[in-house]
Amino acid sequence: MPDPVMLITGARKGIGRALAETYTERGWRVIGCSRAISDVAHANYRHVVLDVSDQDAVRNMITSIRKEEGRLDALINNAGIASMNAAMLTPIDTVRRIIETNVLGTFLLCQEAARLMQKNRFGRIVNFTSVAVPFNLEGEAAYAASKAAVESLTRILARELAEYGITVNAIGPTPIQTDLLRGVPPEKIGKLLMRQSIQRMGEPRDIINVIDFFLRAESDFITGQVIYLGGVS
Amino acid sequence: MNQQDVFAAVLEAVTEFNEQLDAEHKLELSSETRLLGKNSKLDSFGLVNLIIGVEEKLYDKFDRSITLADERAMSQEHSPFRSVQSLADYAFALLSEN
Repeated sequence: MPDPVMLITGARKGIGRALAETYTERGWRVIGCSRAISDVAHANYRHVVLDVSDQDAVRNMITSIRKEEGRLDALINNAGIASMNAAMLTPIDTVRRIIETNVLGTFLLCQEAARLMQKNRFGRIVNFTSVAVPFNLEGEAAYAASKAAVESLTRILARELAEYGITVNAIGPTPIQTDLLRGVPPEKIGKLLMRQSIQRMGEPRDIINVIDFFLRAESDFITGQVIYLGGVS
Repeated sequence: MNQQDVFAAVLEAVTEFNEQLDAEHKLELSSETRLLGKNSKLDSFGLVNLIIGVEEKLYDKFDRSITLADERAMSQEHSPFRSVQSLADYAFALLSEN
């Protein structure tokens, strides 16, 4: 049986990079993408520079996976951007960028990946939401709204793609020390952690644990689910 | 690329699509083969798969990416997906525009 193939968006740094390094080490063939080049060096890793909201670029990447790998087993829709600002002060261009990357990008990747996955009647899609959705975080209106859209998309795609053997689930991380949190005041993060059942920062291993669960062959009866870290509900 | 090339590519996609099907559900390789309605052997699941296959085939053959199930297709009085011929005609029209 050929090595399984995984596509990770936003793979250059942070959580995406940790995922790329973990799954290449475990024997997956990993294609990562981001808006800039990556220095991840592994025989099982290939990087594509693109914007996830660029339909032509995404289509070309999926076509290259189809031609070179012949299959796609897992899509990890990790790419995302955030911006913290009062809603009344947020530039509309910022809102547009957040929606384009987080919603349109996730939709596009799901759409194109599913077209390839359905050939093998198997696929695992993992989207990224955030605890900002259930927390209804002040200052995160655009970001939380975009992630709420990702949750809705996850549930509906789970229904549409079930017939093709493709599961679609989402993980909602708590704050994790990555660039996404750069600029968020420590006291704000501290307050956020106080709202979690388990009051600590998340780590990449917490995310990998949930993704492992979604990826398992035995998880073929698990779809349309959102799992938040830290006991958030 | 002319209309015959596109029709041939669509037939090729139908041939590959048939490889996934049992004998009872295989589509006849004919321009008149119905893809929609009560005279079609396809359910909605099959039609989606066939359209994906046709789009991929057109990309591979002509290096052009088109979306067959666009809003215009959905709003036409006579669906372009009613037969192999109408599908090929619609694909050719889209390829000719870009």
